[in-house]
Amino acid sequence: MSGGPGLRVVTGGLLTTVQDQGRLGALRYGVPRGGAMDRFALFAANRLVGNAPDEAGLEILVSEVCFEVLQPSLLALTGAPIEASWNDAPLPLWTTILARPGDQIYLTGKRHGWGARSYLALAGGVEVPVVLGSRGTHLSGRFGGLAGRVLRSGDLVMLRQQPSDPLRRAGQPWPPAARPAYGARPRLRFTAGPHQRCFGATSIEALAQAELRVSDHANRMGYRLEGHTVELTRPCSLPSLGVLPGVIQVPPDGKPVLLMADAQPTGGYPIIGVVCAPDLDLAAQLLPGDSLQLQPIGEEEAIEARRDDARWKATPLEPDDTIAQLALAGG
Amino acid sequence: MQPLGEGALLLECTPVDTLTNRLMLALADQVTALDLPGIEVALPAWSSLLVLFDPLCLTRTRLEAVLTALVREVEPAPARPARVVDIQVRYGGEDGPDLPEVAARLGLSEAEVIALHTSQIYRVMMIGFAPGFPYLGPLPAALDLPRRSTPRTAVPAGSVAIAAGMTGIYPDRLPGGWHLIGRTEAQMFDPLRDPPTLVVPGDGVRFNAEAQGRRGAEGGE
Repeated sequence: MSGGPGLRVVTGGLLTTVQDQGRLGALRYGVPRGGAMDRFALFAANRLVGNAPDEAGLEILVSEVCFEVLQPSLLALTGAPIEASWNDAPLPLWTTILARPGDQIYLTGKRHGWGARSYLALAGGVEVPVVLGSRGTHLSGRFGGLAGRVLRSGDLVMLRQQPSDPLRRAGQPWPPAARPAYGARPRLRFTAGPHQRCFGATSIEALAQAELRVSDHANRMGYRLEGHTVELTRPCSLPSLGVLPGVIQVPPDGKPVLLMADAQPTGGYPIIGVVCAPDLDLAAQLLPGDSLQLQPIGEEEAIEARRDDARWKATPLEPDDTIAQLALAGG
Repeated sequence: MQPLGEGALLLECTPVDTLTNRLMLALADQVTALDLPGIEVALPAWSSLLVLFDPLCLTRTRLEAVLTALVREVEPAPARPARVVDIQVRYGGEDGPDLPEVAARLGLSEAEVIALHTSQIYRVMMIGFAPGFPYLGPLPAALDLPRRSTPRTAVPAGSVAIAAGMTGIYPDRLPGGWHLIGRTEAQMFDPLRDPPTLVVPGDGVRFNAEAQGRRGAEGGE
């Protein structure tokens, strides 16, 4: 049963889309996995408002964005440490709040040194049709999400179901100790890729020492990195093979490309490494011009990173009385 | 068989031919049918198979053992396509702007290129690059050309193209480096259809040259 309209978009911003955890089932039809770039932040936002992990929320690229609340709603805004307000007061991030009809949620678009994407979850989830197994927006394919497009002024964000017991959760913060190592110049850990024969013997070490930046060619499909040219020992033309977000491809010019959520599911460039899945959440918080480091690790460490991710996702959530008052205040 | 990150195994095979493709397709089906907890998806490509798994649920060693056993036993998917899909193509002119250059570089007439391109049933080796883009092959050797040195930033939807021993159909307006020889009205991808693609790996595709009378009426030149 539908939960009715939850929000009205007053200002849509640069790139606000409906996203969930993506679609694996349509890879074989050439459809990217898609879904949230920072999967952890969306997961946390959903859990803070009592949603199932696969529920859809809003992914908001840092920019000026404003929503009007249309019914009493539990909300949580996670991800980038951007400046946001709730009516006239600062909006606590990574915290469940209870908003009332008429309230304004305003993201100023100002970032504090780092951060690119925020995630807004509403109790009850965002209602859009499931297309190929997901509610996520596939922008270039113009399907999924809200009519396959970005949200803009005047759009209504509908709730999938009426939230139950909204008061119970207001004021829950997500413990900072149970979040990924977000920050400026993140260290993305990667394991060696399968095509080392295409690269110079010290290519991985050289990549690890490079001062890398995200170039202007960066979007939800992938980031072209600058600051280092990988040595290709010979022209390496491969038959198209399955790839996934996290893969670091090296085109003939030697400038590495980190594949992100909307990457096409096949590629033909040699792969020097694969960023471990949890560190893609850190990568999701980068904008063009931002610095990053790549750190080679072994398979065991990469699996350990997944264990940390799973542990943080399961962290106990306790209401905090001080925050609870703030989370009910609404300015 | 090599890891592609901590949650994927990539099986790459040679030679890159139809038999390998049939093996990969059969293997993908068998991996899916195993329904083994921890396996997320098996994605077949032309001559490789990518298996995504949850390493907290299934170890790579165990998955490798399972795949090795399957590889040893697997029978290639049938050579004969289960069905053949006919695709109507308007060759040359505005619909296939590269046809004159392709013909010149191959030392053929435009009519010969069209005749060769329509002379056989192609196998759908994989869908990739973009939703619904089929990689079809093998192409007659006489039509073998490398990709364009400068890719186009936008190729019109429905463009039928050749490159590197393959032929394909752009399902949407996309960037592309293949040679455009014609265009079809066939809708290659519809996210609301099941399956969403007009063709799936293992299908056959036959191109038919459409009568060219209409072009003048559209006033293209």
